[in-house]
Amino acid sequence: MAMEVTQVLLNAQSIDGTVRKHAEDSLKQFQEQNLPGFLLSLSGELANDDKPIDSRKLAGLILKNALDAKEQHRKFELVQRWLSLDVNVKTQIKACLLKTLTSPVPDARSTASQVIAKIAGIELPQKQWPELIGSLLSNIHQLPAHVKQATLETLGYLCEEVSPDVVDQDHVNKILTAVVQGMNANEGNNDVRLAATRALYNALSFAQANFSNDMERDYIMRVVCEATQSTDLKIRQAAFECLVSISSTYYEKLAPYMQDIYSITAKAVREDEEPVALQAIEFWSSICDEEIDILEEYGGDFTGDSDIPCFYFIKQALPALVPMLLETLLKQEEDQDQDEGAWNIAMAGGTCLGLVARTVGDDIVPLVIPFIEENITKPDWRQREAATYAFGSILEGPSPDKLVHVVNVALTFMLNALTKDPNNHVKDTSAWTLGRIFEFLHGSTIDTPIITPANCQQIITVLLQSMKDAPNVAEKACGALYFLAQGYEDVGPSSPLTPFFQEIVQSLLTVTHREDAGESRLRTAAYETLNEVVRSSTDETAPMVLQLVPVIMMELHKTLEGQKLSSDEREKQSELQGLLCGCLQVIIQKLGSAEPTKYVFMQYADQIMGLFLRVFACRSATVHEEAMLAIGALAYATGPDFAKYMPEFYKYLEMGLQNFEEYQVCAVTVGVVGDICRALEEKILPYCDGIMTQLLKDLSSNQLHRSVKPPIFSCFGDIALAIGENFEKYLMYAMPMLQSAADLSAHTSGADDDMTEYTNSLRNGILEAYSGIFQGFKNSPKTQLLIPYAPHILQFLDSIYMEKDMDEVVMKTAIGLLGDLADTLGSNAGSLIQQSLSSKDFLNECLSSDDHMIKESAEWAKLAISKAISV
Amino acid sequence: MAPHDVRRPFKRPAISDQQRRRDLSLLRQAQNRRDAQHQARCLASSVLSLQSQTPEPVPEFEIELVEEPESQSEEESGTLTKDLDVRQASKLKGAEARKWFAAQLMLPEWMIDIPDRLTHDWYVLARPAGKRCIVVSSNGTTVSRLRNGSVLHHFPSALPCGARSRDQSGSSQSYCILDCIFHESDQTYYVIDMACWRGYSLYDCTAEFRFFWLNSKLAETGACDSPSRYHKFRFSSVPVFNCDQSGLYAAYTGVVSYVKDGLLFYNKHAHYQTGNTPLALVWKDEHCSQYVIDTDSKGDIPSQQQVVLELQDDGKLSTSDDPAVNFGCLDREFIQKVCFIVIIINAWI
Repeated sequence: MAMEVTQVLLNAQSIDGTVRKHAEDSLKQFQEQNLPGFLLSLSGELANDDKPIDSRKLAGLILKNALDAKEQHRKFELVQRWLSLDVNVKTQIKACLLKTLTSPVPDARSTASQVIAKIAGIELPQKQWPELIGSLLSNIHQLPAHVKQATLETLGYLCEEVSPDVVDQDHVNKILTAVVQGMNANEGNNDVRLAATRALYNALSFAQANFSNDMERDYIMRVVCEATQSTDLKIRQAAFECLVSISSTYYEKLAPYMQDIYSITAKAVREDEEPVALQAIEFWSSICDEEIDILEEYGGDFTGDSDIPCFYFIKQALPALVPMLLETLLKQEEDQDQDEGAWNIAMAGGTCLGLVARTVGDDIVPLVIPFIEENITKPDWRQREAATYAFGSILEGPSPDKLVHVVNVALTFMLNALTKDPNNHVKDTSAWTLGRIFEFLHGSTIDTPIITPANCQQIITVLLQSMKDAPNVAEKACGALYFLAQGYEDVGPSSPLTPFFQEIVQSLLTVTHREDAGESRLRTAAYETLNEVVRSSTDETAPMVLQLVPVIMMELHKTLEGQKLSSDEREKQSELQGLLCGCLQVIIQKLGSAEPTKYVFMQYADQIMGLFLRVFACRSATVHEEAMLAIGALAYATGPDFAKYMPEFYKYLEMGLQNFEEYQVCAVTVGVVGDICRALEEKILPYCDGIMTQLLKDLSSNQLHRSVKPPIFSCFGDIALAIGENFEKYLMYAMPMLQSAADLSAHTSGADDDMTEYTNSLRNGILEAYSGIFQGFKNSPKTQLLIPYAPHILQFLDSIYMEKDMDEVVMKTAIGLLGDLADTLGSNAGSLIQQSLSSKDFLNECLSSDDHMIKESAEWAKLAISKAISV
Repeated sequence: MAPHDVRRPFKRPAISDQQRRRDLSLLRQAQNRRDAQHQARCLASSVLSLQSQTPEPVPEFEIELVEEPESQSEEESGTLTKDLDVRQASKLKGAEARKWFAAQLMLPEWMIDIPDRLTHDWYVLARPAGKRCIVVSSNGTTVSRLRNGSVLHHFPSALPCGARSRDQSGSSQSYCILDCIFHESDQTYYVIDMACWRGYSLYDCTAEFRFFWLNSKLAETGACDSPSRYHKFRFSSVPVFNCDQSGLYAAYTGVVSYVKDGLLFYNKHAHYQTGNTPLALVWKDEHCSQYVIDTDSKGDIPSQQQVVLELQDDGKLSTSDDPAVNFGCLDREFIQKVCFIVIIINAWI
């Protein structure tokens, strides 16, 4: 048997397809017929030093894949399968794996490390394999170097797999001690030191208690800082990675070390090799991220009881940090702008400079201006580009007042450089900087306009001209135009862009037809800019937007003509269809929002819908997200007439709702169901059985991404509101789902911010569902069907009120639901309502809210309750 | 364990246009859902405010339909379809608008005997002297119309949606309908009843609830504040009493900031119904109204009193008091002879 497995595993890697296929089939058969035997022989193969490395590696890989999968549902199955295996089998497998850690073959050891960590990830939360960590760490000091290295690597993977709360503090201490000792400068073996340093990276999240202890923290920090000075590049890089991770995980503990860290990072940025320098820059970017978050959250007024104070590390380091970052800007690579995958010191430094500007605001301006002035006219393109990039970087963060003067001077300069500079790179950055100027300093919120009647013409001429430049420059010019248009979004009835509208649209369409529009995502940028130009258009240009409809329809039609496409061509076709459907969506939404244009637009509705249906038909199993979004906009604009498209469209709607894998598609489709409910109202009834079935299936599925579930609940509300008392037949399915989801989401105690946010969105969905159902049944003789649900709903409202962690949206929906319940049930629920906390404390709190939406809903609730109890 | 990548987006906007399209769609859908929800919540008010135009009851809504005395007005004006609600009605012009609004007020009958359970089931209030009118605030403006439907004032007010400057409610569907008396001397609208508040109907609410709502809501809006640029006339509520002895005494003799013109009685359990109703009553005598009997410039009562009579479209002849008293009916032949008459007759005291 053992011999056979070796050969099969080798055959499974054969270059001969037939041999490979045959081997894969035998492996599959083996696994299906005798799983314990299969796993045992794989672990035996991996542990056996007499076997070829290729078969051992594949054996380990198959073992690993038998324990874990990306897809949640599958992962859960595999975990259950492992847990239900015979204990003796598992013990034997684990013994083989631990033995492999002592193998002289590095790849075998490394593979075993990963498999051990996967098993630990399954068993430790179940309180199984309690001896694992102890046995890994026992006599670690006496181990030969290669075994020590493998052990540390195993600990690293283990920390990555296992959540900190399943490892007791005693074990955490032992792991950290072993890891930090392995990192120590007097560890002579670099492989051991590297493994330890990488292990620490994963173990950091376990070290909360240790970072709160000054002595332990000092020790860890000293060892990490020493490791950044190692002679081995990989160790230095890994040590900086640890610093980056510490900067976000333990930001509030960093103050005593910042001086040293600054020196270490500055030296690395200036002198070390690129992979290390990039991590050193990343340390500062990460500190910026932290401080931006803190300052955004507390708006600068930090109060004693908030979580983490801002230590203003960036502000303090500013005088030294900014020059260091400016130096990096001069280290550009040739052609980095044409290379999608490029990432180098200049790019990292420039990105960091932008984050610093957002962190400190005005203070950065005087530190950067001299650099710009000194370099912007230099003959070396690197200096001109660096100066331009520096300028573009600091446009977000400082107050407009601080920038407006210098921007006015720079504007002409940038326009000039974009037209005349001989260097592609400088032009690229100049166009990008113009975009940043328009993004942050142009729009209705800015007091002194940057764009005036005097320069508007010139700006547009230059941008349109640059759209004929190299793809990377043209793409940035499109981007600049995007923000130029965005700034005029709420300009009122008359836009300064009106005189140029036709020319802009024509130029953008020309760009989309360029031979090289596939490079530097130029075609995408052109369509996106077209979208923004349409969004920000006014009534004056509505006729031109209308003229655009047949043009884009024709483009979409053309994508449907080509037959027999290769998979590559098919992907390109789908991408282009996405852009065109996106554009049509924006146009429909724009024209549909005003009665006169909607009326004229409607002449195209049949044809457009026909095209969307053909786009759907291009694919066999999935629906096109962009086409679905566009149909939602169309349904909203069409209203009840949309009913005529339903017979043909329905199957795609169902297909979208079934798309668990691409959950965005599913989410978008759920939103479109809502649009159709509001458009068709009771005419949607014939399709409701199918839709409800699908939505209920989605809710019960543990494969579907959780973010889609709240909108599905809201969608119940949309359906109920549309079909009224006809919702009766779904009550017996929908209500229990809503009740159990309500029970789950009533309490969030101890959850992190993400979980609280999700819980709130779930609550909102549930509340919207109930609201829709109650309003749908209003004035129906079947109202009494809802009475049995009232106690639970009121209880739910009371309990989320008492949790005190509702956001404004939930508060508004919750108090509105209280009103809907009272409105529909009237005196039937009078006494129940009066007993509820929500009708008193919660209602009063909402009535005195500053948020007018909450207040308005609360007044509605008060009115409805008063009516219900006054009868 | 491979090194960790630190790549960040470079020269890229924070949000892709695709994400923006999704976000904007979600935003539109959420807004549409809110509108649908709001519309459902306001449905009652839209339907109820139509009652004078709707000849047959809408079965799914339990509305107490008012007997429409002027049923021919419907055929007369074909444009006054039953789909009108107050927002649409506010767009009507001229005669059509007057006709629509003229039918919107609840009109009390004369109190000619003492209702049963007066002390338990009735409220009393001192009626301010002045012009009875219906006040509608919507779309950033406020319009008051007299009993005959003609516009008294067109003005900005601090009522919800009553002025452009302070449209905080955000919803164009929101509007208010108040039953008021405009008191000339202090240029104040005294609110004696409330039919709609922020788009929510109070037509099917009891008087008890309407008065409670009126008293708690009106002051909140700032409508009772002194006039200002965006609030041209002051509004005020009127003290309402139970009809026990002290309540009656207070209403009858109590000092108020306005000139009294009789007492109004409201049945606590009655809904707001347009047109005449025995569930609202009016009483006037010389102690609580200066208009019950004509006086001359010296304040003496002349020996003869004058009464103005109106000839209704259906031939009924009634006093032009508020409320009117029907005398009888004139035959068609006579009306044809005298198309337009105002008869002054002697009335005996």
